[in-house]
Amino acid sequence: MHEAGLATTALEIAADHARRRGAARVHRLTLRVGDLSGVAPEALRFALDALSPGTPAAGAAFDIEVVSVECHCPACDRPFRPADVIYACPACGRISSDVRQGHELELVSLEVS
Amino acid sequence: MTEPAPTTVPVGESLKARNDRQARANRDAFRARGLVVLNLLSSPGSGKTALLERTLSEYGRRRRVGVVVGDLQTDNDARRLAGRGGPVVPVTTGTVCHLKADMVARAVAGLDLAALDVLVIENVGNLVCPASFDLGEDTRVVLLSTTEGEDKPLKYPRAFKTAHAVVLTKTDLAGPAGFDRAAALANVRAVNPDATVLELSARTGEGLGEWYAYLDGLVARRAG
Repeated sequence: MHEAGLATTALEIAADHARRRGAARVHRLTLRVGDLSGVAPEALRFALDALSPGTPAAGAAFDIEVVSVECHCPACDRPFRPADVIYACPACGRISSDVRQGHELELVSLEVS
Repeated sequence: MTEPAPTTVPVGESLKARNDRQARANRDAFRARGLVVLNLLSSPGSGKTALLERTLSEYGRRRRVGVVVGDLQTDNDARRLAGRGGPVVPVTTGTVCHLKADMVARAVAGLDLAALDVLVIENVGNLVCPASFDLGEDTRVVLLSTTEGEDKPLKYPRAFKTAHAVVLTKTDLAGPAGFDRAAALANVRAVNPDATVLELSARTGEGLGEWYAYLDGLVARRAG
């Protein structure tokens, strides 16, 4: 439900970087969206498409990389990808609350000219 | 004339940077005044306001408690909480489904934070979006009522995973609702093995002593 605000922020950051580089156009935005970020990638893309006309990113491509959850098992001292919302280590069964990735929500890079 | 070839510019900025910055500023301001700040999350109708009514009236005699109460529309909850001894500030979010750090900053601007021990932020009733927005609280409390499904922690894992405490409310209705307490507790534990779990009824008062003791513990830890 808050994807529109986040898309606006991404477009503002992109315009700001383009301006500082003296670039007129933003051709591509590369974003990273974690499974735990609370953001639906398709809703974010929809918002970017809807809000980019009239900004330097009008007509830009939006690459959204989805980052899956990765936890760390304190007992086995190794990372694992949880199978579901219960973050149980597949090797020892212990539930981990040490989440190492999946919260990402960032504008990674731009292509400008 | 041909356009110059596009160049790649690294950015690496969080889209929540603005909220995160404001949340850090809130947290710094709260800590500087030795204030315990709770962010209260639950579905609509889980009993956040009922719990706060008694907390203000009863615990408010022991500690100075203030409340910021968020709702999409109406100040009904703020009116329910008013006149119980502590300051109550309503925040109407309009169409926004969660409180944001800047809304909290504006809400507390008129409060004398140094005159409070505990500030409770009652978030908008919603288990999805509020879980993703840091307000600057140091303790996140999620309520689950016995009239909801026991599998709420599995359906809304993010809210429950980020909780420091999970409070089972409306324990007086567990029987009539056919609430499977063991299953609910197992689901809470499965998604968050570390959370403090409390069980209470704001109507009968059962378990409120433990809730107040939990708040006392937070205050003591902050003072220490």
